[in-house]
Amino acid sequence: MKRRPLALFLFILLSLAAALGQSGGELKFYVHSDPKTFDPLAVADDASETIRYLTGGVLLRVNRRTQQAEPELATSWTIARDGRSITFNLRQQVYYSDGSPFSAEDVAYTMQRLMDPGLHSPTGDAFRSGSGAVHSHVDSPTRITITFPAPVAGLDKLFDQVAIVSSRSANKERAALGPFYVADYKPDSYVLLKRNPNYWRRDAAGRQLPYLESVRLGIQPNRDIEMMNFRRGEIDLINWLDSEYFDRLALQSPALVHDAGPGLDSEQMWFNQAPNAPIPAYKRQWFRSTNFRRAVSQAVNRADLSRVVYGGHAQPAAGPISPANQFWFNSKLHAPSYDPTGALRLLQQEGFRLQGTSLVDREGHGVEFSIITNAGNKSRERMATMMQQDLGKIGISVHVVTLDFASLLERITESYNYEGALLGMANTDLDPNAQMNLWLSSAENHQWNPKQKSPETAWEAEIDRLMREQAASLDPAKRKACFDRVQEIAVEQQPFIYLVYKNALSAVSATVANASPVVLRPQTYWNIETLSMRLQTASKH
Amino acid sequence: MRRVRQFAWLLLALTVLASLGAGVWAPADYAMQFREVPNSPPSHQHLLGTDELGRDRFSRVLYGTRISLLMAPAAALLSTLLATLVGGVAGYLGGWWARAAMGATDLFLSMPWLFLLLVVRAMMPLNVAPVTSVAVTFLLLGLLGWAGSARVLCAGVRSLHDSDFVLQARASGLHELRLLAIQVLPNLKPVLLAQFWISIPVFIISEANLGILGLGVSEPLPSWGSLLREMESFTSFGFEAWKLAPLVLLVLVVSSFQIILSQEEVYA
Repeated sequence: MKRRPLALFLFILLSLAAALGQSGGELKFYVHSDPKTFDPLAVADDASETIRYLTGGVLLRVNRRTQQAEPELATSWTIARDGRSITFNLRQQVYYSDGSPFSAEDVAYTMQRLMDPGLHSPTGDAFRSGSGAVHSHVDSPTRITITFPAPVAGLDKLFDQVAIVSSRSANKERAALGPFYVADYKPDSYVLLKRNPNYWRRDAAGRQLPYLESVRLGIQPNRDIEMMNFRRGEIDLINWLDSEYFDRLALQSPALVHDAGPGLDSEQMWFNQAPNAPIPAYKRQWFRSTNFRRAVSQAVNRADLSRVVYGGHAQPAAGPISPANQFWFNSKLHAPSYDPTGALRLLQQEGFRLQGTSLVDREGHGVEFSIITNAGNKSRERMATMMQQDLGKIGISVHVVTLDFASLLERITESYNYEGALLGMANTDLDPNAQMNLWLSSAENHQWNPKQKSPETAWEAEIDRLMREQAASLDPAKRKACFDRVQEIAVEQQPFIYLVYKNALSAVSATVANASPVVLRPQTYWNIETLSMRLQTASKH
Repeated sequence: MRRVRQFAWLLLALTVLASLGAGVWAPADYAMQFREVPNSPPSHQHLLGTDELGRDRFSRVLYGTRISLLMAPAAALLSTLLATLVGGVAGYLGGWWARAAMGATDLFLSMPWLFLLLVVRAMMPLNVAPVTSVAVTFLLLGLLGWAGSARVLCAGVRSLHDSDFVLQARASGLHELRLLAIQVLPNLKPVLLAQFWISIPVFIISEANLGILGLGVSEPLPSWGSLLREMESFTSFGFEAWKLAPLVLLVLVVSSFQIILSQEEVYA
């Protein structure tokens, strides 16, 4: 009987702690390779990106839920009317993890290093608006103005990726301004991040953030093992789940999986229209025909692709921007409806006809082509096989060819020895400027017909003009209008036949409090500062 | 052991018969996608359930077995012929010829054949029908798989070349070609048969390896390799045991080949 009050007290304590979350605790999850660098300015791989997000202090942060820029180390900022410079007012009394103070000098030093061509920083590349140097003028320890040689559209949000490194600390890039710092790294095993004791941010109750004591990033390339260890409770979250794994986990523990809806990533196919491609001229003529591409697009059952290949965790795609991108998505566009009859009508307009069950062109060539995709990507292989059957219904014979990734890249970027390709696009940036290298006809990644000296079609010339116009403008409404039109042209002309937008799927253990997965990366730990570990003894999911 | 071998023969015969009659036994076309029921468990309509695209798994296992069981012996025949040519000539001529041929064979054996296959496959034309892709896949396997057998055959021919009865035949004035035809080759027959028989399961497994990597037979044609890909996600085994059917069949067939070939024949 004497034990009852004690048990009651413990129960209340545990309940309170579970409800509120608690300071301390270690969050464990996997990255899928060793980080290539700990220098936040040279990040080019996912693992390093994860570490940068968790350790880097930035001037402003794009809120992953609202997609709006919010103050961080900068309390406010102003972009000049000409769009060439930005002035930041900085937070005072901020210190790096090693105790060295933060000031405008650090921002200047960071920009100088970031724009150094020798660093080959992908983050720095986003700021290169024209030839000439980037100048930083330190107005005071808490105020800095950065000037670019030409206007940079969407300038402020680009600073979301720029972790400010210390100009004075002996630890240089290891001195962190973010919620954690790198405490230990064992190659092929783990990276241990510990709470930054000098982190500036506090919660509403005045408690210093982050709540977590540490984050352990295990290095595990195998997704099966990741899934198995999540189920065993050895890791606390999976940031990105395959739809197959998602459904399997949902069967056992529906409360742990999260489908945040369509993400930024799309899957698409395209035909090779390059004039120097070693393919028969009559096939190039088909691929260059808008009606042919539109017919193929209409003959593909996107709803089936979403349902069968992704178990319903994908949405039929219309254009290059998914609804996940709240500002830039063109809501007037809709995915083409599955219409094999309409597709045949379009093909007949181009002189194609059915001969028995096979489609032939006006010269009598049977319509057949190959679609290449990367071996090992089961979703793409399945989509290609389903398209094979869909297009077979309108008499088109499709050969699905899976190639190792190196051979595939060689064909689509160097020899152009292919007919159709099915690949995906991983969008990490919300701003369309990140897609300049895709839409400009002169760009290397203008995949259907790259590196054009001058636009070969009127619609490509129009896209070039609109993309340049939006990049040069600082008026969001004007930029939006330009890029909306680019999306409309893309849907009209179908240079890319967009198939699906994949949903952002993740899994978070019940031991993690305050998790609220979103569609933008990093889906599960975007609010890392407020995540905490619940007091729970059950570890099995 | 005799009973086990008889059982192995029976199993092989039944598997071959079932696969040859795939057109009769299979309840559906191997490529037909029943998109309303992807990944369904076994039922009356689909005895082994359906795959991820809703294709009848039983039909695909039958057709896949046919492809693997017909094409692997063809590849084995090709590689044995090549091995006979290289190993036989090297062993018979001896001396510099043998050293050069075996050097080339060693070089071939030391190459990472899987990567070689990947490279050769990547250079192939893309617009080939699935049936052609099957033929090409096994042709490549046959063309690249002769080196091990060539060494064995070279040693066999060398031993025959130096044997007393061949020396006697040569001393009695028998022409070299005739000697080869009536004395050497007939005595080499057990080795040739053993090499041929050993190669069949090797090629079956090689195709399965390529298939698992997604680089084997083109869709929508099934083969054991492409069927085994379903098992990549090993976490599913617990509750989808019927997906193991192609693996069980592969293990049984490959084991049967090994059991049928007695130890004496292997080392003949």
